Amino acid sequence: MLEIRNLNARVEGADILRNLSLTIKPGEVHAIMGPNGSGKSTLGNVLTGRPGYEVTSGEVLFNGQDLLALEIEERSREGLFLAFQYPVEIPGVTNMEFLKASVDARRKHLGLPDLSSFDFMKLARETSKKVSLDAAFLKRGVNEGFSGGEKKRNEIMQMMLLEPSLCILDETDSGLDIDALQVVASGVNAMRDDKRSFIIVTHYQRLLDYIVPDHVHVLAGGRIVKSGGKELAHELEAKGYSWLEDEVA
Amino acid sequence: MTDFQQAQQTDFQQKALTLAGQQESPAWLAALRFEGSEQWLNADWPSRRTELWKYTPLQALQKNTSATWSRVLPQGVGSASLLTVDALRLVFVNGVYDPEGSNVGIASADHTSVVRFSSANAEQRSLIEKHLGRIVNTQRHLFASLSNAWVQDGVLVHVPRNAVLEKPVYVVYVSTPESEPVIANHRLLVVLEDGAQAELIEHFVSDTQPQNSFVNALTEISIAANASLQHYRINLEQEQQIHIGGVHIDLQRDARYSGFTIAEGSTLKRIDYQINHRGNGAHASLNGVYLPRNNQIVDYHTNVEHWAPHCTTSEVFRGIIGDSARAVFNGRILIHPDAQKTLAELSNRNLLTSDKAEVDTKPELEIYADDVKCAHGATVSQLDQTAMYYLQSRGVSKALARTMLSFGFINELLQELPQVAVRNYLQHHLTELFHTGTALE
Repeated sequence: MLEIRNLNARVEGADILRNLSLTIKPGEVHAIMGPNGSGKSTLGNVLTGRPGYEVTSGEVLFNGQDLLALEIEERSREGLFLAFQYPVEIPGVTNMEFLKASVDARRKHLGLPDLSSFDFMKLARETSKKVSLDAAFLKRGVNEGFSGGEKKRNEIMQMMLLEPSLCILDETDSGLDIDALQVVASGVNAMRDDKRSFIIVTHYQRLLDYIVPDHVHVLAGGRIVKSGGKELAHELEAKGYSWLEDEVA
Repeated sequence: MTDFQQAQQTDFQQKALTLAGQQESPAWLAALRFEGSEQWLNADWPSRRTELWKYTPLQALQKNTSATWSRVLPQGVGSASLLTVDALRLVFVNGVYDPEGSNVGIASADHTSVVRFSSANAEQRSLIEKHLGRIVNTQRHLFASLSNAWVQDGVLVHVPRNAVLEKPVYVVYVSTPESEPVIANHRLLVVLEDGAQAELIEHFVSDTQPQNSFVNALTEISIAANASLQHYRINLEQEQQIHIGGVHIDLQRDARYSGFTIAEGSTLKRIDYQINHRGNGAHASLNGVYLPRNNQIVDYHTNVEHWAPHCTTSEVFRGIIGDSARAVFNGRILIHPDAQKTLAELSNRNLLTSDKAEVDTKPELEIYADDVKCAHGATVSQLDQTAMYYLQSRGVSKALARTMLSFGFINELLQELPQVAVRNYLQHHLTELFHTGTALE
């Protein structure tokens, strides 16, 4: 599914990712944890091609394709999805238009016919129900005036509509209350199958009680310093990150 | 400036005045016409050094020395697209009233509120005489004197005390090319008495053929105490149409004016708004959109003057400037010494979608009272890169992302419009405009 080899990346002149390597197989859920500033969010941004994130060396294969050679929108159409840590507000563009444009693009890429407006509305309404967002949100500007939790649920809704093969959740749990956290987790769990993979980027172990990972990696100083099973998350919760940082140093 | 150019300018003033003199007009308008003629002829023709015309050269207009005017209703106007709205409709084509396209003339008994000057009764005539040419300041607005010199017909919208106009008034000004370029002067006067309410839609439109006329359109609005007007002014003519327009508004105590204006660019398009807060507690809001592309120009000058205390102004203008187009926005708010407790806000945001696009924006705040709250700001920027990335990360192509963000930038103002017919019409129009891609890159 995804193979990252010796990835080095830089943001505003600072080296953030250093020789990061990671292999994700179909159907796996990987959690990436780590202290603030360790490069967790950078990974998602680099993989999706966010402007300003410069790859200095290394390679990334996504289903055998050179991911870094693709345009931002091509990566999405190929099945890569990033749930943003800070979803963007776009006043004047309705959520419905936005969702339709993205679903149209993905379907076209897959060789599927466009959904009619009616069918799309129906699908969007059903999906919004699954993430407990009122359908009225569809008529509002993209994320405009949404609470933190509503924005995150909107991200999960987009993920459900696009049915990506690799989903990266970038601190989707931050700022969520327990109800919203459960909505997000059940959305992710409902999408888990033996083909779809997930990268869950989080600072806390809490989300991983609901979305149980197959692998847990600790990122520090821009590389993976420790990998393990789900029990590693509990260990981190108990001991914090500093012992690992000491170990690395 | 060479003698040759000087001579040309005078030629246009002379020519326009000659044409103005040919207009058949009722005797009771003669005084205004005379006054206008004097001012027009004696006015200094604007140059680059004239502050009010600094960024908008009038060369394109001056070439019109062979211009004439339409004596009969031009035929075969088909391709202009109008609003679908249940309204009292008046249509003018190149300045000539079109009874077929209009629907107010036949029901004059019911619609005494809307009348052409030429069929005004004695009471309406005295209203016209009282207000016409008196709301506009001709010292500051050169083309208002031409309009005064020319005035022969026009539209009076008069809503008596505490009355509510049952339908919007929809005035359509159609332009169509003729064998010789024509000059059309449009005149509209709105008089709302105390507590009256009305809605007015002015729509300047042309067929899609290259235009060769010059439209000079002057609207004067008097809003008495507690009265309110909702006003739309839509300027979407073909890009060779020359348009100079002015809207001049007097607001009395607790009067409310709510205006929206939109313009695509042309060879020469200049629109002035003058809003006078003359009575305590008046409120004016004015939102505007300009969308020049290709080599077009749009120039909006707004001047809001607070003469009385406790008045409020809210003004928001947004523009998208593409290709090699140019926009001018000059938004002035002037707070006179008596206008204590004024609240005034002015915002102007511009989006440049090409390296060659240009905007000259100048918000001006002049305050001569000490207890007021005023804010103003202007920005010029490109599309928000984070929003672009967000859309693209969902599979939306770069081109479509640009289109969506540009539309959204304008749609923020459109979606607030209370008149659904105008909103739908403009949203549809903009969707088409942006999808052709000409407003972008």
